[in-house]
Amino acid sequence: MEWETVIGLEIHVQLSTRSKIFSGSSTQYGAEPNTQASLVDLAMPGALPVFNENALRKAVAFGLAIDAHIGKRSVFDRKNYFYPDSPKGYQITQMDEPIVGLGEVDIVLDDGSTRTIGVTRAHLEEDAGKSLHEDFEGMTGIDLNRAGTPLLEIVSEPDLRSAKEAVAYLKKIHSIVTYIGISDGNMAEGSLRCDANVSIRPKGQTEFGTRTEIKNINSFKFVEKAINVEVQRHIDVIEDGGTITQETRLYDADKNETRSMRSKEFANDYRYFPEPDLLPVEIDDAYIQDVRDHLPELPDAKIERFKADYSLSDYDATVLAASRAMADYFEAVVDVSKDAKLAANWCMGELAGQLNRYEQEISDSPVSAADLGLLIQRIQDNTVSNKIAKTVFEAMFRGEGSADEIIEAQGLKQVSDSGAIEAMIDEVIAANPGQVADYRSGKDKLFGFFVGQVMKASKGQANPAQVNDILKSKLQG
Amino acid sequence: MSLDRSQVENVAQLARLQVSEDAMSETVASLSSILDLADQLQKINTDGVEPLSNPLDATARLRADDVTESNQRDAYQSIAPSATDGLYLVPKVIE
Repeated sequence: MEWETVIGLEIHVQLSTRSKIFSGSSTQYGAEPNTQASLVDLAMPGALPVFNENALRKAVAFGLAIDAHIGKRSVFDRKNYFYPDSPKGYQITQMDEPIVGLGEVDIVLDDGSTRTIGVTRAHLEEDAGKSLHEDFEGMTGIDLNRAGTPLLEIVSEPDLRSAKEAVAYLKKIHSIVTYIGISDGNMAEGSLRCDANVSIRPKGQTEFGTRTEIKNINSFKFVEKAINVEVQRHIDVIEDGGTITQETRLYDADKNETRSMRSKEFANDYRYFPEPDLLPVEIDDAYIQDVRDHLPELPDAKIERFKADYSLSDYDATVLAASRAMADYFEAVVDVSKDAKLAANWCMGELAGQLNRYEQEISDSPVSAADLGLLIQRIQDNTVSNKIAKTVFEAMFRGEGSADEIIEAQGLKQVSDSGAIEAMIDEVIAANPGQVADYRSGKDKLFGFFVGQVMKASKGQANPAQVNDILKSKLQG
Repeated sequence: MSLDRSQVENVAQLARLQVSEDAMSETVASLSSILDLADQLQKINTDGVEPLSNPLDATARLRADDVTESNQRDAYQSIAPSATDGLYLVPKVIE
């Protein structure tokens, strides 16, 4: 039977506020355990939460970025469950009246087509602390530094039809939240985590199958693998005549399998009720307009502008606009070099290649955008050929100096003295009489051979355009 | 609406409350009568009435995003039943 996969994602995004959502504790990552856990975070009796305006602002910014309904009135609720890394015995979240309502995002698939994915809602809530299960005198260690970190939980409609689409959607959300600067999006540090709801149904059927939820997936790669392995498990179970139990599962990356979490510990009966310690949040049109006025250009708009302003192809514009850091770098290179096509080629080619090789982020690039722009200027004014420029760039990346310093120090300046080039060409012609005769009798393809010989003689430094011109006239004899 | 014993046991389990055998029948009866009152309230016509999530006629005061708390770990952990290496210790949580 042909099966259709149905996936919905719940993405938890840590908002990059300085302080926590309901207390004045720092949210800095990596601090000593419990040094950023105050009375509110520890749930001391009488300590009351006060809502952080910046968390609200960032949530509204996300809503506007996906063209969603913004809840002018939103209400916090208690989700009750007992776990030691949540000392209150409940999580403050939003149930019936979330800050962000229905919205949508477009994702681009491998074949270049676009699909629109619905976002059901996005609500604010507090993160839990961390349990450390290594043995501490037979006990569990609790670090509450993370407790109370603001989260935006973004819930998609069950619109995704494959693991690849789920990854494309997750990347799109990642791109949006980092573009608008509401989160650092660092998945390794847990700033963006994802739960996947997965089910299958016979192709053509409209009712959904029974779903399972895979919890806490923390990389793009694992999202794809975890969904694929879970879909296959559903197919195997159903085709063997079994039924899928609605339950929560964990993905084990080492074994590449999902396994059931014991459901007793997570009884799905959270007894939500309105949080009496917090009043309803109300915002007006002026507030929403103020957030809108401060929104930066979004990825889709940037792609269109790159195509229009810089005559870039769809592909180039999409790659360059995928991250705000890359897009900003590219535009800074264009600023100095005044050549968008060359700037695009260098950013996507040599720069991306070297960053990849040294496993560096663009923000840590040892070559600044202005320095790359200057190197491109040296290609444009024929100081170096494109090929030599790559050698120069590698040296720049290793920190050997600016383009001009390296060109000077290593004697890489392109030879544009036509007398010198003529002399080299004369030598090459004299040394290869057979090939010259063949060329003159019609073997045009040999031209490349001569160019190669001259470039070799000049150690790659002869101006290629001049070599072509002079060689052509000399060979015609 | 009357509750049966197993429902009360379930709610008690979710709330981590221990209800002794002696108190069980009385707990079932009094919780049921609370729900009866709720049932009675449900019968009131509330068409056109906004749901009330807080009895105060006020909206949330917002805090500026400033770090105002300093590290008081030693003071807080001095009253914790058990702590080591800066961590609060709790009975082992089974993974």
